[in-house]
Amino acid sequence: MLNYLLQRLATIVPTLFFVSILIFGLQQLLPGDPAMILAGEERDPTVIAHLHQKLHLDEPLPVRYLYWAGGVLKGDLGESVRIQKPVLELIVEKLPVTLELALLAILIALAIGITAGVVSAVARDTAWDYAANIFALWGLSTPNFWLGIMLILLFSVTLGWLPASGYVSPFEDLKANLAAMIMPAFVLGNAIAAVLMRHTRSAMLQVLSSDYVRTARAKGLDERVVVLKHALRNALTPVITLGALEFGTLLSGAVLTEQVFTIPGFGKLIVDAVFNRDYAVVQGVVLCTATAYITLNLLADLAYFLVNPRLRDSA
Amino acid sequence: MSKSMWRLPIAALVLIASLAGAQTLRFGLAEDADILDPTLARTFVGRIVFAALCDKLFDIDEKLDIVPQLATSYQWSADSKALTLKLRQGVTFHDGEKFDAAAVKFNIERHKNMPGSNRRGELAPVSSVDVIDAATVRLNLSAPFAPLLAQLADRAGMMVSPKAAQAEGDKFGAKPVCSGPFRFVERVAQDRIVLERYPNYWNKADIHFDRIVYLPIPDATVRLANLKSGQLDFIERVGTSDVPALKTDSRFKISRITEIGYQGITINVGKSELAQKNPLGRDPRVREAFELALDRDGIVQVAMDGEADIGNQWVAPTNPFYAKNVPVPKRDVAKAKALLQAAGVTNPSFTLMTPTTSDAQKIAQVVQSMVKEAGFDVKIQSTEFATSLNMADKGDFEAYVLAWSGRADPDGNIFSFAGCKQPLDYAGYCSKEVDDLLNRSRTTLDPAERRKTYEQIAAILLKDRPDIYLFHRHWLWAYTNKLSGLRTIPDGLVRVQGLKMN
Repeated sequence: MLNYLLQRLATIVPTLFFVSILIFGLQQLLPGDPAMILAGEERDPTVIAHLHQKLHLDEPLPVRYLYWAGGVLKGDLGESVRIQKPVLELIVEKLPVTLELALLAILIALAIGITAGVVSAVARDTAWDYAANIFALWGLSTPNFWLGIMLILLFSVTLGWLPASGYVSPFEDLKANLAAMIMPAFVLGNAIAAVLMRHTRSAMLQVLSSDYVRTARAKGLDERVVVLKHALRNALTPVITLGALEFGTLLSGAVLTEQVFTIPGFGKLIVDAVFNRDYAVVQGVVLCTATAYITLNLLADLAYFLVNPRLRDSA
Repeated sequence: MSKSMWRLPIAALVLIASLAGAQTLRFGLAEDADILDPTLARTFVGRIVFAALCDKLFDIDEKLDIVPQLATSYQWSADSKALTLKLRQGVTFHDGEKFDAAAVKFNIERHKNMPGSNRRGELAPVSSVDVIDAATVRLNLSAPFAPLLAQLADRAGMMVSPKAAQAEGDKFGAKPVCSGPFRFVERVAQDRIVLERYPNYWNKADIHFDRIVYLPIPDATVRLANLKSGQLDFIERVGTSDVPALKTDSRFKISRITEIGYQGITINVGKSELAQKNPLGRDPRVREAFELALDRDGIVQVAMDGEADIGNQWVAPTNPFYAKNVPVPKRDVAKAKALLQAAGVTNPSFTLMTPTTSDAQKIAQVVQSMVKEAGFDVKIQSTEFATSLNMADKGDFEAYVLAWSGRADPDGNIFSFAGCKQPLDYAGYCSKEVDDLLNRSRTTLDPAERRKTYEQIAAILLKDRPDIYLFHRHWLWAYTNKLSGLRTIPDGLVRVQGLKMN
């Protein structure tokens, strides 16, 4: 287990190196001189020249990469040119917000997805199964921004139950925090619930038809124990992988949801940074997201060990 | 995760809830402001926040007239090369420092000399500043400069505390210290900017709020939803299609004012070789035909839901500097066709580049279908804003839908656009005659003389047509009907003086 962990950790370093080159390189493909947009409406040539110098825009690409990578290694991700705040500070400020949103979304997704998946597998070809499938199809095919606006119009404008947008820290006021987060978390979790439901269903169907389940039933075990203890536990392995991968997707999916609900998180940070050509912010945020993604994959692999004893033995 | 990390994004809502409702103004912005340093700032939305945070030497009123703010009066020298200002007494900055002539000198020099300053060009003709006494300061100019007062009524006239500016350097914008009615409390990027009433403000009798919270909410629908659900008291830039429904809702009021900026189409007439390659850039007759094929009223109705005033110049027809000798032309498709015939191109084709904003896209589509009747074949090229700007700067376009937020003095709407090789001359227009007239409009202080000069400029420019001006948008504000005292000033910035919640 320890060996495996060390092996996996060792692969992270070169991966991150390539990711950093990719992030930097792709960023340069963005058309438009960042100084042009950062210089504001007036576009004073002296301001543009100053920005070129400040952002090393006249240097060759590899040199600019070294400036940036050197800073990153020292823990300095640069500074937002637009609002002149260190990128690291912005990330520390925004990351908890998006993490909370993603966490709530995945909890909602797991609760809905796994429950619906199990129900539709156990009650295969019944009305329950069809209802769960229709729900899944709806979740997959509803655009986030549309659902978001509809929920705002219903729960904020018409009913006045929930705030239309904004963010409240849970340490300031937990109730207000949940009130502000429930709609965006549902919108974000909704589509993933559908994916999880489909996977849980097919995994459950496969497991339910296997020999050991038949044996368990033959032993006269209670059906609830068979489904929840014997079948679901085995069926969950692919669902966990998917959940971890989807958690990464959630971070990017949060982009749209945060725009609609005006949540000051990672997604809004990167969208605004791209449109304003705030390179340091884009690079810092993408690097952070990539690191989070890689770490989550590692955690998912480790989670297999916990749910699947055979892997534990072979490792 | 540490608790302090969570504390950073403190909720505006909690903050608001913890305060007496009527004393806080919750203001929905259409975008987040940039750096809150008047010297470095560059966005329109930043100027909305500055209106509560930083007083200026002068202000403008509803009629675009210059009115006193931190300067109480001004006097031009006989040769118009020196401007002497009398300063308001008893004014202090938010850190308690005194506002005086030395502070004005410091600020003007900071605007002029700070690396990356966006004010340098605005104050270019100011060569030196003399402190006459504590309440009198003189700005010496290299040449007479008529737009100076208007510049001093905008960011170039904003005064910050010299002590704080010296201590913070280029980080001043993170904790700005000015002398306006409200002082800076905190800012969470993309979430909120919180200001609180400055108790020693020189005009405190006119201030009726304890706090202002600015919340950037880019989506117009969500901004409106926040107003309707009572989470905001005021929103700027209401979506034009939301106006009819708001009008019938007695809980809210709507105010509108025609902007000082404009919306138009810039034509590449000499920025790159593309200008000579297409008939629109090459032949003024084709450009005239193009303009004659446009129905400005129709464009305003379809693209803006009627929420704009048509125009054909860089200032609106209601502006005192509008050149009355060149009125808005009426649509005349027959004449347009005849002009194209004379030019030998009956079916000219060109690409119209447009940013991806919905207003710009709608304009492009309406224009495309309108000019088709005269024989034009317009291809629309939607391009993300920053990219389109870069292409315009390189001359990699034939025609470009472009908006300008406008400046109080007409010079700010025309000099940099029509002056040969000026930074915003995307058209690549170069005319010695126009350059001379533009310079004369700057050095003549007499408004009547300036008006005549602008008439001459309009006569040439509107015939050469490097830019075809279409209309001037309305600034649309919606707010709770409990709010009173709102002044509609054409620069689109909300003055907090006199604003009151009943």
